[in-house]
Amino acid sequence: MTEFLRIEGIAKRFGDFAAINGVTLTLPADRLTAIIGPNGAGKTTLINLATGALFPDSGTIHFKGEAITRLAIHHRIHKGLSRSFQIMNIFARLSVLQNILVPVLSRRGRAGMPHSKVEQEHEAVTEARRILGEIGLLDEQYDAAGALSHGDQRLLELGIAIAPAPELCFLDEPSSGLTPVERARVLDLIRKLSAARHMTFVIVEHDMDVVFSLADWIVVMNRGEVLAEGPPAEIRENRAVREIYLGEELTA
Amino acid sequence: MLLLAALVLALFLLPWVAGRYPIYLAIQVLILAVFSVGFNLLFGYSGLLSFGQAGFFAIGAYGCAKILLAVPNLLLGLAGGVAAAGIAAVVLGILSVRHTRIYFSMLTLAFGMMIFSIAWKWRDFTGGDDGLVGIPRAPLEIPGLLSIDVSAMGHYYYVVLVLSLLAIAAMYRLVHSPLGLTLQAIRDSESRAEFAGVPVRKYRLIAFVIAGLYAGLAGALLTPLENTVTPPVAHWSTSAEPVMATLLGGVHSFAGPIVGAFLFFMIKDIIVRYTEYWLIWFGVIVVALVIGFPGGVMSIFAKRRLPWHPAGSSTTQPGKPTAAQRHDGISED
Repeated sequence: MTEFLRIEGIAKRFGDFAAINGVTLTLPADRLTAIIGPNGAGKTTLINLATGALFPDSGTIHFKGEAITRLAIHHRIHKGLSRSFQIMNIFARLSVLQNILVPVLSRRGRAGMPHSKVEQEHEAVTEARRILGEIGLLDEQYDAAGALSHGDQRLLELGIAIAPAPELCFLDEPSSGLTPVERARVLDLIRKLSAARHMTFVIVEHDMDVVFSLADWIVVMNRGEVLAEGPPAEIRENRAVREIYLGEELTA
Repeated sequence: MLLLAALVLALFLLPWVAGRYPIYLAIQVLILAVFSVGFNLLFGYSGLLSFGQAGFFAIGAYGCAKILLAVPNLLLGLAGGVAAAGIAAVVLGILSVRHTRIYFSMLTLAFGMMIFSIAWKWRDFTGGDDGLVGIPRAPLEIPGLLSIDVSAMGHYYYVVLVLSLLAIAAMYRLVHSPLGLTLQAIRDSESRAEFAGVPVRKYRLIAFVIAGLYAGLAGALLTPLENTVTPPVAHWSTSAEPVMATLLGGVHSFAGPIVGAFLFFMIKDIIVRYTEYWLIWFGVIVVALVIGFPGGVMSIFAKRRLPWHPAGSSTTQPGKPTAAQRHDGISED
């Protein structure tokens, strides 16, 4: 497997609290990785560091062999990184189609066109409608995004995350707050997109059923460090992992 | 569309039916409409509330005055005022667009007050509290091509009308362009826009400079009308005018600030007949209207559908979160 994202010895403190404490991690292409760990383990902080929402205090991050440790967010997006958010983050007052058009126009370098009409950007509109077809929201394309159901807003957020055509896409709890039916839909979609578009997904997830059914590789974090990583079968048997998840009873 | 054409036709016919005062008032309305449409690109479309637009308005007004006093050429004066305001907007924009919300508002307010004190104190350049006087309503002249005398109020009205309509039409194109969409996306969620690949600060700066150019044009158009420029054009209460016009007309509608500019002068004109403390009563009316019509007067006519939605089928009005959305906003962790 080719090396894709390489994180080396990064650390991030918030005051006295070491959110990330010397993490080294390599994410190869075409391997769906799940990052798990208890609350406060540093999973979301790790995504924030990798995608540029935060800069690390120390350590380096390379993407496709290029140092991106302190690169601005929008440059990382254009290099092929993307993400979704743990807390719903969509353009609530725009239509569903416009939500997807924003990243599509940006990737095509058309986001700053001051004079053409949006609906005359035919290539971008076609591409955005194709993405809406993939996520199953084509019928809702003219609805206000803020008026969608919670599950549909989650799908839309996934759509915004994949619209920049990323090679590596972080999904922060993509199934949180969804009904079992909606959850199955989101998981199917992630599987389909990894296969059809060769996108490499890294998901942060609390639901162990989701993690073990989806991931090729699991990274377990605890207290800002990587506790263990390996294929699902190996992680399932890992004693230290069982301890932090299942509590004292195993250690007794 | 028919209504719009009729309105524009009526505006062009106005000097034939109206006297000097209504024409003077119409020019004031057009100037405030240009000022407010620029302001609302920042406020309604980009989510940035500027309290310092009077600074750019004043730079446009003084810039136009200085040029007209030196070279009596109207186009040169207007272009000079707009350019000066644009340069000031680039400088202040670079300093201020890294901040949002109240921090941005306070920075722009401080800038506006700074321009106000310069207008007061720099007597050699601005004339201090006397201002600049005797500014000619210079001819509209392109050397060797045309020279039109616009010194009569009715003639100058057409200059203001044509330039205002062009400016408003250009803004209409802009807000419906990809640039307008990108700005609205930043307004809705800065972080989501950044992670959609949008360099957010650059786009905020673009919006800020365009709003500054519109404020500069509005200020420059005022100078030949009044033949004088005095420090009150830079006062914070001038910054408040587009804010009030936009709130009156409606922040979520393109026409809102234009309708609001009309209402602003109508309400003011009626109140000043009864009391010189018009601003107090004006404030009362604005507060009552904002409480009664939170989306501005234009919200009465809102078509309850999104832009370029196929006509006929209705959907939720943009800008008004539904009960479901409000619930979802707090139900997740």
